[in-house]
Amino acid sequence: MSRLLAIGIVVATLIFVGLAWVQSGGLERHRMSAAQTPEEAVRLMLTDVQNHNWNDAHARLANASDIEQRALVHDLAGSNGSLRTYASLESFDVWGLHKDDRTATVRAKLHYSTAVGALDDIRDMKVERSGDAWKVVWPTNTMPKLAPQVIPVNYLRWDIINRGAGDDWGVQNVDSPQVRIVSMNALERPDRIVLVGEIVNEDTVPAYVNVGATLLAPDGSDLAQETSFDKISHTLLPKQVSPYRIDFPGYKLKQIKSVRMDAKAMLVPGSADPVIEVGQQRIETDPLGKKVLRGDLVNQSGQIVNIPHVVAAYYDSNGKVIWVSDGYVDQELMPQIPVSFAVDVPDDVASKVQSYRVVVNYYNNDNTGNS
Amino acid sequence: MRRGWIQLGLIFLAPLACLSAASAQQLRAPAQVTAGKDFSVSTNGSGDGSFYLIGPAHAAKREIKLGGEVQVRGEEIEKAGRYTVIACAGSQCDSATIHVQPDAASRLSLLVHPSRVRVATPNAISAVAFVFDKYHNLVFTQQPVNFEVTSTAGSTITASRPSSDGVAWVRLTSASKEGPAKIAASVGKTTEVRIVRQVASDACNLRIKAQPNGKRIVVETDPVRDCSGNAVPDGTVVSFTQVGPNGKTTVDAPVKKGVARVELPAAGPSRITVASGVVTGNELSVGGRP
Repeated sequence: MSRLLAIGIVVATLIFVGLAWVQSGGLERHRMSAAQTPEEAVRLMLTDVQNHNWNDAHARLANASDIEQRALVHDLAGSNGSLRTYASLESFDVWGLHKDDRTATVRAKLHYSTAVGALDDIRDMKVERSGDAWKVVWPTNTMPKLAPQVIPVNYLRWDIINRGAGDDWGVQNVDSPQVRIVSMNALERPDRIVLVGEIVNEDTVPAYVNVGATLLAPDGSDLAQETSFDKISHTLLPKQVSPYRIDFPGYKLKQIKSVRMDAKAMLVPGSADPVIEVGQQRIETDPLGKKVLRGDLVNQSGQIVNIPHVVAAYYDSNGKVIWVSDGYVDQELMPQIPVSFAVDVPDDVASKVQSYRVVVNYYNNDNTGNS
Repeated sequence: MRRGWIQLGLIFLAPLACLSAASAQQLRAPAQVTAGKDFSVSTNGSGDGSFYLIGPAHAAKREIKLGGEVQVRGEEIEKAGRYTVIACAGSQCDSATIHVQPDAASRLSLLVHPSRVRVATPNAISAVAFVFDKYHNLVFTQQPVNFEVTSTAGSTITASRPSSDGVAWVRLTSASKEGPAKIAASVGKTTEVRIVRQVASDACNLRIKAQPNGKRIVVETDPVRDCSGNAVPDGTVVSFTQVGPNGKTTVDAPVKKGVARVELPAAGPSRITVASGVVTGNELSVGGRP
């Protein structure tokens, strides 16, 4: 009898262990451990990335011996306080582009969630058959490195001493910077009114600027009020020009009589460094068939820029601003190392664009950001 | 009937009796005194009473002996304005009004606007002086206020303006040379000083030159100056734009030590333009890699 009981306990234990394994996705893992299709191979690897199982993700690469795990983590999870380090891979879509007996190309659209909103990363991944399973071939681009050197920086910054709380009321304070809206164009988009234009800091000190707008109804009453939020370079050095964009979702031009613009400027400490070059700017069609403005950012200074933010203005043949788009770059800017960026341009706008101009904000972890 | 007539008589006579008692309780006070200076109020009558002082920023009550002088300390009347003094004996009171005038002018508040101004801008600086006594009362009587502007070079311009209702002001044109201007206002022995920074205006004749440097081109401005010849402040942003076979390259570079300098890629023939704010400069055509 006791022998029967012992056998029963062992059997029950085995059943429970099996159930727990199935429950924890073991069956799925087992099924996918040897991917039967290229898409499955990409999905499997991205699932490991999503779960931060970097060892497993690295082990699943066809060329694992050629790729350092650190490089894989840097590529997918970011480093040096870049936006990617604050992002998490929420989901991904995978579909095949090409396949033969030995190799295939799979396109993956990675959806990251970040502090500044959703971020999509589209990658075309090579997959190859290894025995009876498919494995991802990770690109062996080594991280560019800058040779050890000293980059001289003539550090120029502005500090402010404001009026003290105990000072007499007549004691002079420093004035707010003089800024001016140099252009404004109201556009009607299918689902909204968009105001675009440019603002210049006419002063000799840095300014923290924000542009607000109020839509006025035909009877003169206020219809809606919005600000440029992050579609502007907030910190403007002397004589610097920034595009701005203000969206009014749900409104049509026929509903409004006029617009009241309001540019607010505040005196802030600022720094003239880093200088960021925006190179190789061109409008292209991306793999999804959308028009994008692409380019490279090169940090010409010696300090790392953690989170670059690109704001682009597009002009028609008359020099009028016809669109403003922006985008965050999920990689940090190491000194002298080019980093690509791309910002969307609506197709109907792209056909009218005669020229464009890009300005770069940045946000740094040590609060020395330019915005 | 007779009793009713007596009651009616009392109703009419009682107020008259009170009035005569109140007039006996007379208060004599100066019509005008100076802020912060002691003064006295004399009372009639006898016995104990209460004295009230009610001003724009102060109110006090004290017990007094009627028929004597009531001393009011200067610290009780530091704020200029209309004061009321009241002396009461029981329910009988008498009051007087005193106007407290500001003391002699001994303080200035000087408002100068703006704190930064472009050079050679007519009537761009306003200096407004408010004349106060030592208790922060605005002095309404006319006072001569002397304004003095000292430039960086050391030259001084003076002007005297009489204050009107406590305020004197001047408008000034900024100098054609950049630098701080010291603006002083004085009344009596008191002087207040403010500094206005006169800054260069927009860049004028913005010019660039290019020099190949390996795979890059070094583009540098001539010293950036305004139309009066003042160097624009360091930190002023100069935008360089290069249009070449690889697309467009832009760099916003700050002026450092009077010039703005960038390195641009040298890949084929390209056109380089320069701008600072809304001012544009010359255009260069460069042939690419040497």
